[in-house]
This record gives sequence, structure tokens and C-alpha cells, in this order.
Amino acid sequence: MSEPLELQGADRDEGTVVLNMGPSHPSTHGVLRLVLDVDGEVVTRCRADIGFLHRGFEKIAENKTWTQFITWTDRMDYLAPVSNNVAWALAVEKLLGIEVPERARVLRVLLCEMARVSAHLLWLGTHALDLGAATVFFYTFQQREILYDLYERLTGARFTTSTVRIGGMARDIPEGWLDDVRAFADQVTKVIDECDRLLTRNRIWLGRTQDVGIISREDAIAWGCTGPVLRGSGVEWDVRRAQPYLDYDQYDFEVPVGTVGDVYDRYLVRMEEMRQSVRIIRQAIERMPDGPLNADAPKVVLPPKEKVLTSMEALIHHFVIVTEGFHPPEGEVYHAIEAPKGELGFYIVSDGGPSAYRCRIRPAAFVNLQVIEKIAVGQMIPDVVGIIGSLDPVMGEVDR
Amino acid sequence: MIDVNDTGPAAGWETGEALELLRSEFPGGILREERFRGQTTIVVPRERALEMLAYLRDTEGCAFDFLTDVTAVHWPAREKPFEVVWHLYSFPRNVRLRVKVELGADEEAPSVVELWPAAGWLERECYDMFGVRFDGHPDLRRILMPADFAGWPLRKEFPLKC
Repeated sequence: MSEPLELQGADRDEGTVVLNMGPSHPSTHGVLRLVLDVDGEVVTRCRADIGFLHRGFEKIAENKTWTQFITWTDRMDYLAPVSNNVAWALAVEKLLGIEVPERARVLRVLLCEMARVSAHLLWLGTHALDLGAATVFFYTFQQREILYDLYERLTGARFTTSTVRIGGMARDIPEGWLDDVRAFADQVTKVIDECDRLLTRNRIWLGRTQDVGIISREDAIAWGCTGPVLRGSGVEWDVRRAQPYLDYDQYDFEVPVGTVGDVYDRYLVRMEEMRQSVRIIRQAIERMPDGPLNADAPKVVLPPKEKVLTSMEALIHHFVIVTEGFHPPEGEVYHAIEAPKGELGFYIVSDGGPSAYRCRIRPAAFVNLQVIEKIAVGQMIPDVVGIIGSLDPVMGEVDR
Repeated sequence: MIDVNDTGPAAGWETGEALELLRSEFPGGILREERFRGQTTIVVPRERALEMLAYLRDTEGCAFDFLTDVTAVHWPAREKPFEVVWHLYSFPRNVRLRVKVELGADEEAPSVVELWPAAGWLERECYDMFGVRFDGHPDLRRILMPADFAGWPLRKEFPLKC
């Protein structure tokens, strides 16, 4: 039972070598361990060993209030922390039956799309770096620095943003921030175009990515793939379109879809998604309405600090929310968003208490990664690197 | 847990004729139907769950071709302390459905790996965290915790800190 993975299972003929890849490896995108049975250069079996970054988030959620758990959501898909914050808040708000006002909805869309661009830029940089195109890495990371600066001005942190609150947002937009987001949107497209010129019709890139790691349309659906992995295989499905949240049905954007389902198609899909996200960012900036940022839900949303010291009711609400938290009704909900990795969902079971009775995180990257055990077989070792990049696993979300 | 303020199914949860078809094919098969915030949950018996899930996948009018998630919930005070929960989705009909079974302490859930390969790792995680076994899973072993770990972390009696 505790036989190491590399020795388990069998019938190895004399030509097979067991190769251990990871968990400490420059191309596994985090702490991913793959045990590869190889015959020469060709992989005959691929088994993933995950859990090196498992921190027990689902258990922790049962012991934290609904608001306290927001900080843990940052650390799931840590390339797009705001996206996870929003996913959690939307699920809890669904449980409560409250909807945030329009300003908060537009701001959340803006931040989610900025997170999508940020996550995809990192994906592009590391994927290209893994396959030898180092220049792209520097271009994309430089752009991410601008995004990090923007996040820091809004939330106080570059990375672990925790900027969403149940019922609204933690703080409003600072002066001049929207103009700088617009400026970012205008110039990031040029950088995406530059990376496009470097890669998309590059013979080496095509050779490394075309017809590698093909996931058929049927397999993509059967293996539970979502996000760019699913769309690369030709299934035109995006949670923002199919089951819109945060008024996504009022924004104008395309959902790019591949045809072959190889590494190249998933690359093309994510490149185009970045451009579409920039479109949405521009629309969100134009739309940003005035008005309240938080829902009118005094038992859930903290009252403004000025009121706390002057109004008895506000004082009591503040006291109860901070010391005890709020109590949603008993019940269960599942709510999913289109995160950069795919369908990120929260299945929350409430027993009427101040924390979740059960918080299940439906992790897009975990389900997407599973398919590697199928598609790596028959590929060569260097192709495995390309495949990992194209599936874009973030171990924070895979392991939680 | 029926929602007294039930205003009908939520967007994306309009099961339509699927439950009617299921009921007529499996009389008495739906032990309980619940709706909360517009989302529909059905509780089915453990012995019939596999065939009912296969029916939901393969029948036109249900067409739940996508397995979104498999997970478990532990209710230690109940006579049947484990719930295994499947979240299904239909691409052709754009509809979600939650299906549950209730398991006694030593009962096994059916594995749905043959219906949806996505269940492979999802069921392993349920086993890893709750100790719930899945009958028919080809490779049921821990996935997140180390192979020689003792205990079932997401059970309520497992301490948050050691």
C-alpha cells in the first residue's frame, strides 16, 4: 500500500525506464510530479502525483467565517486571485439571496478580466519559456508588473488581493485608477501582438505545438475539461455565455474556439481570450456607474465607519458582523464562474451557522490536469512539457 | 429544506422534462426532490444510483453529458452519515442538476468512471478526504494526502489541527 508510485503496477518490459519528473522541476509549473514510463523517448504511461501544495482549504473553510475565508481564496489559483475572490463572494451571495449593486458588478467584471489577462500572460510567458522562447517571458512579465501595480493601488496588495466582500467590495476605486487601467488596456494589446508575431507562425513553435497533445471533443467533455482546454477541442462553451453572472450577457465579446484540440489550438484560444478580455475591460470602464458599492444588507455588509460611532443600529450591526459573522439560511448552492483556468465553482452547504458546513471547491485546474494521464501516452518527453503548459495547471487550485 | 419562497428554477437549472422522464423510468427512484435558490437536488437510492445516472446521461431529454463534480458531505449525527453528491451538466440543454445518495458508515457509492472518466480523480479525492469507497473504481487510492497517511481529513471528527 505504501509502495512508492514509481514501483507500483507492473509489467514492465526490459526497455521501459521510469522517469520521475518533479515535483521540483522548472517545467512542471509548480509542484507537480509526473511519473513517466518511457520506452526510449516515448512515454508509455503517465501518472500524476499531486497534493504537494495541499493545504486543506476545504477543512479550513468549515472553521472560518464567510468573510474570513476570502483570504484563502486568493491562494487557490494564485495567478488570478481576484477571480477566486469573486467566485466565492458570488456563491455566498447566492446562498444569502442578495445581489450587489451595479457599480460593484461592473468593478468585479473589470477585475476578473484583468485577472484573466494576468493569468494568461503568465501562462504565455512560462509556456513559451518551457518550449525555448525566452523573450516572450520577459515581455509578458513586464506587463504583469503593470497589473500588479494597479492591483496594489486598489487593494493594497499586488497579489493576495482579498478585495471582494460578501455583499460588495472592500474599497472603492482610487482617483485616476480607471484612466491607468485604460492606458494599460491600450498598450497590452501591442505586447500581445508582438508575442503573436514571435510565435504564431514560427516554424519551431508550430513544430513543438501542432498535433501535440490532442484532446478530442468527446474526450474533452467526458474528462470534465472546461475553459480553454475544452474550447481548444472545439466545444464552444463559456460559463459567461451559458450561465451569465455579473451581467456578462450585456458585454460584447467573442468566445474563441479551436478545431484540432492540440497544444497549438489551446495557445490560440488563450491568446484570443486575452484580446477579448481587453475588449471587456474597455467596456467595463465606459460603463462604470456611480452609486453604492455595497448591497443594502445591514446584517451582512459592514456599515460605514462614520455611522458606527453615531448610530446605535450601525454599532450593533458592526459588532455582530465582526464578532459573530452573519448567518445565511440553511441550504446548499452551487455557483460557478468562468475563471482563467475554466469552470471554478463553489458548492456550499450551510447549516445556518457563521461558517460553511461544507465548502467544496470545484477546481477547474484539477479536473483539466487529469486528462494528461491519457494524452501524454504516445508522446515524446519534450512534448509532455508542452502539454503541461497547454493544460495550464496551477497547483494552488489543483491541490488546494 | 424545500424553499418556501420558491419562485421557480434558477437560470441554468430548469430541468424541464428530465425529472419526469426519470420518474417514469424509475418509479419510486426519486426519494426526495428539493429546491433551494432555484437549484434542484434529487436524492436517489444507492442501489439504483448508477443506472439512474446512466439514464440521465444517455437519454434524450436529459442529456447530462458532462460531470461537473463528485464530492461528499459528512453528517455524523445522521443514521446514514455520508452524502455523495454529483453535479451534472447538460451541454445540449444548458441545464445543471444535483444528484445525491445517502450512505451508511460502511456503504460504498457506485463509481461513475465508466460513464464519465472525469470521475477518476474526483472519486479518489472523496476517498482520500472522507474514506468513502467507490465500487468499481479501477484505482482507488489517495490523491492529495501522502499514500501512507492515516485518517480521513474532511470527516467532522478529524481535528483541524493536530
